[in-house]
Amino acid sequence: MSASVEKGINALKGQIDSTVATFFSSCVHCGMCADACLFYTETGCPTRTPIYKAEPLRRIWKSEFTLMGRIGKLLGLTKPVDEACFSRWEKMVYDSCTLCGRCSMVCPAGIDIALLIHKTREGLAAAGHAPQGLIDATRRSVETGGPMGVKLPALLAQIRHVEKDTGLKIPLDVVNADYMLLLSSMEIINFPEFIEAIAKIFNKAKLSWTISTESYEATNSGIQIGVSDIAAELVQRIVDAAEKLQVKTVISPECGHAYMAIRWDGPNLTGKPFNFKVRHILEVLDELRLKGQLKINKKDSRRLTYHDPCQISRRGGVIDQPRHLINLFAENFVEMPDAGKMNWCCGAGGGVSANERADDLRLKVFQRKKDQLDKVKPDAIISACSNCRIHLEDGLEEYNMDIPLMSLTETLAEYLED
Amino acid sequence: MTEIEFLGWVRGTGFQLATVIFIAGVIIRLVEIVMLGRKANLAEPGGSEMRSGLRTIISRMIPDKSTFQRSSFTIVSGYIFHIGLFICIFLFAPHILVFKDITGLSWPSLPTPVVDAVTVVTIISLGSIMLHRYQNCVLKFLTNTEDILVWIVTLLPLVTGYIAFHRIGSSAPGLIALHILSVEILLVVFPFTKLMHTFTIFLSRWYNGAISGFRGVES
Repeated sequence: MSASVEKGINALKGQIDSTVATFFSSCVHCGMCADACLFYTETGCPTRTPIYKAEPLRRIWKSEFTLMGRIGKLLGLTKPVDEACFSRWEKMVYDSCTLCGRCSMVCPAGIDIALLIHKTREGLAAAGHAPQGLIDATRRSVETGGPMGVKLPALLAQIRHVEKDTGLKIPLDVVNADYMLLLSSMEIINFPEFIEAIAKIFNKAKLSWTISTESYEATNSGIQIGVSDIAAELVQRIVDAAEKLQVKTVISPECGHAYMAIRWDGPNLTGKPFNFKVRHILEVLDELRLKGQLKINKKDSRRLTYHDPCQISRRGGVIDQPRHLINLFAENFVEMPDAGKMNWCCGAGGGVSANERADDLRLKVFQRKKDQLDKVKPDAIISACSNCRIHLEDGLEEYNMDIPLMSLTETLAEYLED
Repeated sequence: MTEIEFLGWVRGTGFQLATVIFIAGVIIRLVEIVMLGRKANLAEPGGSEMRSGLRTIISRMIPDKSTFQRSSFTIVSGYIFHIGLFICIFLFAPHILVFKDITGLSWPSLPTPVVDAVTVVTIISLGSIMLHRYQNCVLKFLTNTEDILVWIVTLLPLVTGYIAFHRIGSSAPGLIALHILSVEILLVVFPFTKLMHTFTIFLSRWYNGAISGFRGVES
């Protein structure tokens, strides 16, 4: 056995706990997870059946953690996890799954299939079978602080622009601030309007907030690629900054997996509870709404719909807040079929967008989103994840759909009373 | 071995062996799972694990509308044969007598003609499920030897029970003995195959609900 295969197998063994064993023991091969997955519904390819994507992990569980499997292994009856297996599963696990978790909501046996696939990624990454795009993004995150290689001078330059445009001061490294804002590289480079929007809203609400110049990146490529050591290292940078500035709450920006990484996985990766809270920006904005600190003076009469980013909604629990916020300004809000916790993924989450090899596939499975949009024919789409946003724009262009796309935070800032 | 001796063996030694393997097997499998343990979640909870876990055990019985539309055959046939199996196993008067013999517990039965009809429906639904397995590209792809084995050992007691009740083709003791033997095969196979979902599904749904509920999502 090669060293890399052994590393992969050991990583898979390390992922097995009572949830994994229960889940695999409960699968009856009913196939319903396939009908819940856009990578199957839009391609009709049965190898993209969600539970099958976790097959390497199942093989290790069966052969190492069950009595019958161990006997079977002695008799040479079990299916091996070897180089060929890792190689075959690489595309299934990284290109054909966004870890959106829709399958986990549908499985009649209650199997959290997305969790199993994420755990399978740990094995593949350790065995050296992660896609190059994700490896590069992860390396850049470790070396430069972010997956796109965005460094502090770039952030400071954008902040200067925002300060000039708004006349507002962006507070940097303020000790004892209530809130510490994180950003995604995408926001820093492609959507600095997000920083502008936050500045306007927080200034109006007189919030005590700051951005740390030591740790401002919210995204976590370690989570996407499935290397928990790196994921933990990236989370620790945020923890260190938050502790240094003694902030009460860390804000995850409009990014799905960043929220998952810092809010739900973070303390489990670093191994100790945080001594600060973590909230998604939409949760913070909704708290402001409840306190009456979001005064809206304009209404939008267009037919608006909301795309739920999977990691914020189904996997994250922020489902009602965006709707309360949209209703502040929307006169004609419509829900797509399956909206909310059962929403269909845009097709580019979970590291798929960082994996160029999957570009054609992610655009193909966008047909699911197109179908959803065709049913309600909105004048504009609102969302709250810059990764969804980039891919939705790509998809809309690919399918010649002329529908503007807006960030919820930015739209709110626009409609704020002067 | 005569028919009567055969019936004596399946009712005596055979039944004891099968029961011991079934009970020991199920315990081993459950202990194997639970002993692995699960790390405590260190994040700040967004909801109750326990409440959501219990809720999902029930709620996962009812698919949402769009899932129902996409997987209607699997859902409807799954419901029919599970309910059918329950009725055939637990609500047939002679079976209740067997349970009373073993456990001392007894409960009301359904009229025999009803159970008879349900048996036919269950056999048909299991047959259609296997046809569907080979017509649907996902199911055909997923199906392995274990799926076929489990299907056979689940179907056999129904078929042999139906034949024994109607005394088709042979004398009563031999047919009953075959029926009991088929149940014993089911019991022996049970702990080591996906039939274990009968027990683990509750834990699995609980985990699913707990994981989601912790993040404040009803799953």
